[in-house]
Amino acid sequence: MTIEVRNIVKTFGAFTALDHVDLRVETGELVALLGPSGSGKTSLLRIIAGLDWPDDGAVIFDGENALERGAGERHVGFVFQHYALFRHMSVFENVAFGLRVQPRAIRKSEDQIRTRVKELRDLVQLDGRGDRYPSQLSGGQRQRIALARALAIEPRILLLDEPFGALDAKVRKELRRWLRQLHDEIHVTSIFVTHDQEEALEVANRVVVMDKGRIEQIGTPGDVYDNPATAFVHGFIGESIVLPVQVSDGKVRLGEKVLNLEPRDAASGPSNLFIRRHDVSIVPNGSGVFDGDVKHVRAFGPTQRADIVLHNGETETLVEIDAPRDRDLKPGDVVSLQPRRYRLFPAKS
Amino acid sequence: MVVNRPRTSSAHECRTEPVWVRWTLITIAVLFLTVFVVLPLVVVFTEAFSRGAHAYLAALSEPEALSAIRLTLTVAAISVGLNLVFGVIAAWAIAKFEFPGKVLLITLVDLPFSVSPVISGLVFVLLFGAQGYFGTWLQSHGIQILFAVPGIALATTFVTFPFVARELIPLMQEQGTQEEEAAISLGASGLRTFFRVTIPNIKWGILYGVLLCNARAMGEFGAVSVVSGHIRGETNTMPLLVEILYNEYQFVASFAIASLLAFLALVTLIVKTVLESQLEEGRPASDD
Repeated sequence: MTIEVRNIVKTFGAFTALDHVDLRVETGELVALLGPSGSGKTSLLRIIAGLDWPDDGAVIFDGENALERGAGERHVGFVFQHYALFRHMSVFENVAFGLRVQPRAIRKSEDQIRTRVKELRDLVQLDGRGDRYPSQLSGGQRQRIALARALAIEPRILLLDEPFGALDAKVRKELRRWLRQLHDEIHVTSIFVTHDQEEALEVANRVVVMDKGRIEQIGTPGDVYDNPATAFVHGFIGESIVLPVQVSDGKVRLGEKVLNLEPRDAASGPSNLFIRRHDVSIVPNGSGVFDGDVKHVRAFGPTQRADIVLHNGETETLVEIDAPRDRDLKPGDVVSLQPRRYRLFPAKS
Repeated sequence: MVVNRPRTSSAHECRTEPVWVRWTLITIAVLFLTVFVVLPLVVVFTEAFSRGAHAYLAALSEPEALSAIRLTLTVAAISVGLNLVFGVIAAWAIAKFEFPGKVLLITLVDLPFSVSPVISGLVFVLLFGAQGYFGTWLQSHGIQILFAVPGIALATTFVTFPFVARELIPLMQEQGTQEEEAAISLGASGLRTFFRVTIPNIKWGILYGVLLCNARAMGEFGAVSVVSGHIRGETNTMPLLVEILYNEYQFVASFAIASLLAFLALVTLIVKTVLESQLEEGRPASDD
């Protein structure tokens, strides 16, 4: 099932949640909507599910207008951040709910429902008794039940709203890998919302980066990380050093100092220079683009992290870089830095 | 509260008030409860039985008393029934939907609590009395509202309206709309979602609201007094009859009826305590 979203606009009072959004998701894809809170990702997911209605635009499933159908008629499985399990129903009844409310003509017999619920519980790897209540389960178990319940109706599309947001870090990692595996098994077109870049990059086939109701970039995890399309994406995904610079006459200036960098196709005017923290090398003194004093060094894991104050005329700029553990660095050292990769984006006025 | 008595008294004293302060506070509280709660209850029952159980039962089986009991139960049943339906609908609309005028509706739900019951009764006299807005029309069609069961039921319903709604609004707001959304997206119709998801989640709250509503409906005096007309054996509810009998110096009869009301109040209190523990379980866990 392909999902097409065309020119969607959604406002809540004076707040624009979605500002002319276009998106196409292919059959069997697992797509992440990634962005900070208030970026409109959940609104978009709810509109696709039929839980909200756009002010303008179209939602098309396999060439059919989905906006003509209510949420119950779209055959969409929806998994909520806080699970939204029916608290007064047992695990079994929760999973069976979607089967029990089917129109009488196609409703399964009690035996068929039992078999189906068993299959689903095997699929989500939930053992234990079916007569327990949601309040007796851990967060991870609840989320598995929520997923089994959504899958019971054999949805054409699976939508997950911050599915792991309420879980602790260890369970989240485990469920992340498991969701990836599950998707490989059942291959239903899926979209999940997250504000966690690691989750998006690790699980999804494609990542849609959103900010302020707009899509900033759509691409594979490698794409959005290595070739960020906008300053926002560069700043939001991965850790970046950002330096306010001036581009003019084919030169890049930081304060008074002219940097030994090509402006490439950057337009003249105030700009931001983005460098990934791990894309900076320490080179023999005087031969790098920047010179600076080491302020602090924090060593842990495979790398050490150093705060460096750059020499750039009147103002002091503090940057944080990653360096190999075996490079001898201590506070007070003078170092020269060379960026291996960098990007220039015009500064927002 | 259980306090583990520490070994040294100095350690103990820095954690709690001195002995004399504690005992003074406890004494004041016990005295207050005795004078204002326990004594009146004891008086009601001793007065009711002052001439023996035979006189007590005789007073309760008087035709006037039986009529008052019947009327009180009828009126309570009607107003609890109406308030159950209206209360659930109002709470559902307020808790699950956003619409203009919501704040006004919440205020209106509370109105009967802030208006004196006598005023509430008077409103119905102004509307349905012989000189009231609908009085002439009602008279010409032979419909009797004031000084009859409909008037008493209306006034009681008005006074007890907030109980069910007030109990349900915070409960339903806390539970949110996600379970309903989940049910809808799984293909359940609106009606099915309401009866299979919304109602089971608030059943203890409904029971609790109904219980309080019922207690108040049976005990209501002010509003009922204005609209009843005090027709003996016809429009006197139990609280009205208590007053009439008392004014006629029939103390045993008066306190016998009062003891019945007090007994109902005690039963209500016990059921309420049981329900409260059930209600706690129905609330969403504060941390998940």
